[in-house]
Amino acid sequence: MSGEVAIVGAGYTPLRAVSPGQSFREMVFEAAVRAYEDAGITPREIDSVIALGEDYREGTCITDEYVPDQLGAVQKPVQTVTGDGLQALATAWMLLNSGVADIVLLEGHSKASNMLHPAQIEAMALDPVFVRPHAWHPLFLGGLEMRRYLQDTGTTTAQAARVAAKNKRNALRNPLAAYPARVTPEQVLASRPIAEPLTELAVAPPADGAFVFIVANAAGQKRCTGRPVMVDGIGWSSDTCNIHTRDWSRAAYAEQAAARAYRMAGITRPAEEVDFAEVNDAYTYKELQHLEALGLAPRGQGAALADQGLFDPDGRLPVNVSGGCLGCGNLHDVSAFCSLYEVVLQVRGQAGERQLPRAKRGLVCSWRGVPTATGGVAILSGR
Amino acid sequence: MSTMNTELRGTSLREDDLRTGRALATEWIPKTVYRFDAGIAIGQFLAGLKAGRLLGRKCHACGRIVIPPRMFCELCFRRNDEWVELKSTGRVNTFSVSFVNTDASRRQTPQVPAVIDIDGTQPSMGILHVLGEVGDTLEAVLRNVQIGTPVEAVWKPAEQREGAITDILYFRPMGGR
Amino acid sequence: MNRVAVLGAGLTRFVRRALETGRELCWEAATAALQDADLTLADIDCVVLGSAPDAFDGVHMKGEYLLDGAGAKGKPYMRIFVGGGTGVFMVPVGWWHVASGAFRTCLVVAEEKMSSTQPHPQAAFNAIYDPFTERPLGVNLLWIFSLEMHRYMKTYGIPLETIAQVAVKNKRNAKDHPASQVAGDFTVDEIVNSEVMTYPVTRLMVSPVTDGAAALVLANEEFARRKGGKHVWVEGVGWNLDTSYWTNRDLAYPQYVENAARMAYKMAGITDPRKEIHVAEPYDPFAYKELHHLEGLLLADKGQAPRRLEEGFWDRDTLTGIPASPSGGLLGVGNPIAAAGLMKAIEIYYQLSGKAGARQIRRSAQRGLAQAWGDLMQVGTVMIMGVER
Repeated sequence: MSGEVAIVGAGYTPLRAVSPGQSFREMVFEAAVRAYEDAGITPREIDSVIALGEDYREGTCITDEYVPDQLGAVQKPVQTVTGDGLQALATAWMLLNSGVADIVLLEGHSKASNMLHPAQIEAMALDPVFVRPHAWHPLFLGGLEMRRYLQDTGTTTAQAARVAAKNKRNALRNPLAAYPARVTPEQVLASRPIAEPLTELAVAPPADGAFVFIVANAAGQKRCTGRPVMVDGIGWSSDTCNIHTRDWSRAAYAEQAAARAYRMAGITRPAEEVDFAEVNDAYTYKELQHLEALGLAPRGQGAALADQGLFDPDGRLPVNVSGGCLGCGNLHDVSAFCSLYEVVLQVRGQAGERQLPRAKRGLVCSWRGVPTATGGVAILSGR
Repeated sequence: MSTMNTELRGTSLREDDLRTGRALATEWIPKTVYRFDAGIAIGQFLAGLKAGRLLGRKCHACGRIVIPPRMFCELCFRRNDEWVELKSTGRVNTFSVSFVNTDASRRQTPQVPAVIDIDGTQPSMGILHVLGEVGDTLEAVLRNVQIGTPVEAVWKPAEQREGAITDILYFRPMGGR
Repeated sequence: MNRVAVLGAGLTRFVRRALETGRELCWEAATAALQDADLTLADIDCVVLGSAPDAFDGVHMKGEYLLDGAGAKGKPYMRIFVGGGTGVFMVPVGWWHVASGAFRTCLVVAEEKMSSTQPHPQAAFNAIYDPFTERPLGVNLLWIFSLEMHRYMKTYGIPLETIAQVAVKNKRNAKDHPASQVAGDFTVDEIVNSEVMTYPVTRLMVSPVTDGAAALVLANEEFARRKGGKHVWVEGVGWNLDTSYWTNRDLAYPQYVENAARMAYKMAGITDPRKEIHVAEPYDPFAYKELHHLEGLLLADKGQAPRRLEEGFWDRDTLTGIPASPSGGLLGVGNPIAAAGLMKAIEIYYQLSGKAGARQIRRSAQRGLAQAWGDLMQVGTVMIMGVER
């Protein structure tokens, strides 16, 4: 794979637990206005649009219908990926290297607060014949995998809980974040049990918000004035959704996606060549599991390295300095965009009081959440 | 392969295969309830309906007056500029005579959905609603309504209005049947 | 940019209610396509899947649920969803996976299992409408079709009988399609006098509810050349989405279909589509739609597709016209939404490679197109294939 692709503009709305003041259209319009401003272009320059959307989260059948207006994309090539932010970025990469587009817009939003029974909706992702009839809360899958991860790696619940403490504290310096907090690992462990060993504070709570990105190839970049952040590598992969046949000992999708992204980026020693990472932490243990799958920590050693402070904001490899899902809020598929946004800011040197001294090359690792085993990895760097 | 494989796979079931248990199935009744944030544009629109008014938005850049209202002009890609109260009259842009309920069951008397171009919109543009007082057979409706027929809104009495599109009961041909 | 060839295709039967689960339907179509291409899953670098609303299968994030059946385990995989436009759009999606140089081969799968929805899949569509301005009116999916159809008929003075001829043509064409569900010989009278659903739409003008799946294998030029033989190539792709404010639009003409077609024609280097397109599969979920779309595709002047229909211009055995829906389309073969769209794209592949059997058109064909449509009457998706010339 070759072909230069860069993020040249990014916009957002602050993430919040509820957002009654704006319809989803108005929220996306705000993020889009910011993104166009940042890129220095108008909608006229956009060749193609990729939106994220799953019907059941939107409460709309064929959510693609409602994409174009608030992006200024009426009568443009627009499509919806029912997948996560990195799959949208990957699609942009492919469009920009196929001759059909020079500048592509990506959009994703969450109105999670509008789902009155979110567990009922997430339960509909479970296999209707073999799993759903049990009528368990879908988070049982998080507990199930966490139990296995703790056992395989010897990680303790206290070590996992420290991930929540770190990320929620990191979020205090992120004005975007919905759930900044000072919590101790003890508080995390003592919080209400959800699906043992998962407790309430170990699970990222949902949030509303929107992100828009503008991505361009070499030709398109000439028409934009935004500071480009290069996409050095991108990979995505899906393991089986079938919980009966899945290998629960690993996050195979992350290993496979990372292999592809590293190969593309020419990375052979990720722990040394990546400066910082935004890694899906929908549950505390997922951050550690993902870091190991990415080769940023040796297998089973994630917690030990975390205890040494390696992944703290002042550590050698800061992880989720944005606050991650635990601190910013869980936007499901759109959380990948929240991670991507942080990487863009850091690489550009625009992360304010969160700015890392060494942020030349960042990594995003995403996951679509239970019951999926789908995720992506992207490597980005400054020009 | 020289021609398409004519031995296609796929097993057809009859309706009563499931009823009699010859083929097995699991059932799930979803509980998918949403409370949608109306936001600014639709929030005002619904408040207007409750007050017995039909509201549109005007964009000063292109001059369009649009309904349903939005806070941005999707063609100019800019925040639009002012609220416009529209008359609740218009012309039938197109209509249908429906004998199918919302749950796909059959109806005896028809519902008459229509796109009604609202007077005062610029350029003329429509909203979806239903026609009333136009007859309860296909023949009667086709006699009473044509594309282009001028219509006026019939509102619920003020005390029954909730701030919903159904605060307008239906549109009827102007000048009665 | 790499050239992309079609190496094989597969379909399941299209039936009202399949015993097979959605995964099993994917598997049947995918294995049939691999077999047709003389490849195994190991040769496939990535998988893309198309399937219309989750509400049909009754599975949220159904792309994940179906991936095992689509052969995607452990591979780069994604699902794209543009409503009814999805089936044909999956060809562009697979195309850019290969054309971009990211992958050598791509398995494209489309599936629909509509029969799961009780009491009737149609009710699942009520949520396409705006929850504030439309849903409270007691909406039904058929409204948008009948409203558009009526506007189209009135604008151009098209009689119902002429529109009914599309259903007659396609249901007859479908008698020769092995997947077909609702093929048969019907008269114009039978179509026109069938039960009124939402005037002017009558029951026999509507494609049925269907379960089914389809699949296609795409490969880059180097891979295709190694396989040998004369190939069919994807030569143009286009897609376009109009405003969600559908009641503000001119329903008599699908501008977004024209925009999508122009994008595809430009890519394919086509300047005179009526001469350079030799066979077409326009989306026909309702009888009038085929005509509406043929005009949007610029294959007939506005309002003139019905006249050409009466002249036999769209007949399968025409020697001077452009055969339209030689497969039998959705009206004849069935409408498992995404799978139906891909079925139409696959028909173009069969026609161009001489594999359409009893459905093979009489006139010669080097280039053909398939088009689909969906969302709130908003999206046009187009793909053009061609043989070596």
